[in-house]
Amino acid sequence: MNARKLLPPVAVLVLFGGLWYAVSYLLLDPARRFLLPPPQEVWQVGFADAFNRTELLQGLLYTARVAVTGLAVAVVAGVLVAVLMSQAAWVERSLYPYAVLLQTIPILAIVPVLGFWFGFDFRSRVIVCTVFALFPIITNTLFGLKSAGREMHDLFTLHDASRTVRFRKLQLPAAVPAIFTGFRISGGLAVIGAIVGDFFFRQGDPGLGVLLDVYRQQLRSPELFAALLLASALGILVFWIFGWFGRALTRHWYQPADDRS
Amino acid sequence: MSVASIGEQPRARIGDPVLTFDNVSMTFPDGTEAFRDVSFELRAGEFITIVGPSGCGKSTILRVASGLEKPSSGMAARGTDNIGYVFQDPTLLPWRRVRANVELFAELHGHGATERRGLAEEALRLVGLEGFDRHYPRQLSGGMRMRVSLARSLTLRPRAFLFDEPFAALDEITRQRLNEEVIRLFQSESFGGLFITHSVFEAAFLSTRVLVMSKRPGTLVAEFPVPFTYPRTEELRFDPAFAELSREISGALKEAYR
Repeated sequence: MNARKLLPPVAVLVLFGGLWYAVSYLLLDPARRFLLPPPQEVWQVGFADAFNRTELLQGLLYTARVAVTGLAVAVVAGVLVAVLMSQAAWVERSLYPYAVLLQTIPILAIVPVLGFWFGFDFRSRVIVCTVFALFPIITNTLFGLKSAGREMHDLFTLHDASRTVRFRKLQLPAAVPAIFTGFRISGGLAVIGAIVGDFFFRQGDPGLGVLLDVYRQQLRSPELFAALLLASALGILVFWIFGWFGRALTRHWYQPADDRS
Repeated sequence: MSVASIGEQPRARIGDPVLTFDNVSMTFPDGTEAFRDVSFELRAGEFITIVGPSGCGKSTILRVASGLEKPSSGMAARGTDNIGYVFQDPTLLPWRRVRANVELFAELHGHGATERRGLAEEALRLVGLEGFDRHYPRQLSGGMRMRVSLARSLTLRPRAFLFDEPFAALDEITRQRLNEEVIRLFQSESFGGLFITHSVFEAAFLSTRVLVMSKRPGTLVAEFPVPFTYPRTEELRFDPAFAELSREISGALKEAYR
């Protein structure tokens, strides 16, 4: 990464920081400054203060644990479902509508139901994450597994390749870029799922979602913004890790159409 | 195609029929008639090119010849299971390096690593790509990718070699070079070649026989034996007899568009 590529996002960051200060100090009078405390106050209260820092980092850890577990379940289940769908049209026909349903039902409405069924602690939070993260993994993996062209398949047919050989040597490698796109999208969604789970379930270890809610109720806005920043950072980290892995695995041969590097 | 050591098979004996079409017709399930009553025989050491209008069912002939499609009537008999098939697209696996791509077919037939490597190296030498085995396909030009595709088919020493407009997407000079390459391979391997193209000149340059197909549903409407001896070189393209033959084929092709 060179300076040229780094400059634009850094410029946006500076602009964003400037805007933040401007709103805190120019737009809001001191009595209402709690609506958007300036960055250094967020830092001092949220991260420089040992007690708050411990609480926030603990919350981050719990949230990360829930999100990563939920994502792992979604990765295994999603890839498995997509592989089955790619191998038999009838499986795809029978399951796909329900995969879509998973995406279209108002997910927030079923979260309380999940709590009913599975309790209000870790397990339910993980299930919420999995439900959030499953669909993009299924669709992207399936898309990837079907992305090899007809002539490629013809070659394997001409040489009597078995179903497993075709899968291992053609469909799966061709799917790698799309699979990682799915993981990347779902990584962000799993973090959201963990926080949503916190909003609804109060038993078990309190993650960032619980903290966000507590800070909101107590009008502790510096801590609130600190928690928000940590939650975003976690999402970005997961997104970035999968992006990096995907690129590392396919950099020799796969160049996305919008890659300007 | 379950030949265990296909690489050591004797070369095709010249004159052995490798492909026989007997009144073959092909209609797709959706009712589209691709071609009708096509009959010809291809022998090892013979190179047939089919020219015809776009969409006349030429490519479908190759699909039937290879066994990828079953004809709706008539008989398409293969005298060999060892068939090479190259498409207009080189269809390389982009995640594999050149050598691994060339090894693919031998791999699918269960050849061991050492043997595969030997076959791939020889095939790459035949198409003039030594030293490129560690490249990825996207690092190569279109012409080089097509060479890799040819090499991949050559590893198994096919006795019948099907070409589906393999050079149509390449520039003229690259195309002419590859034409000469194909002729060289044809001479050294003496397979039976069946080549599909739009280009009359390509057809006349490569073949022992040119067949002209009508528009869909395609039927064979004319046949031209090509008298020139191999090896054919650059100079042939400027030979008056070559020009005359091309003119005749061209005329038949224009008729076929009616």
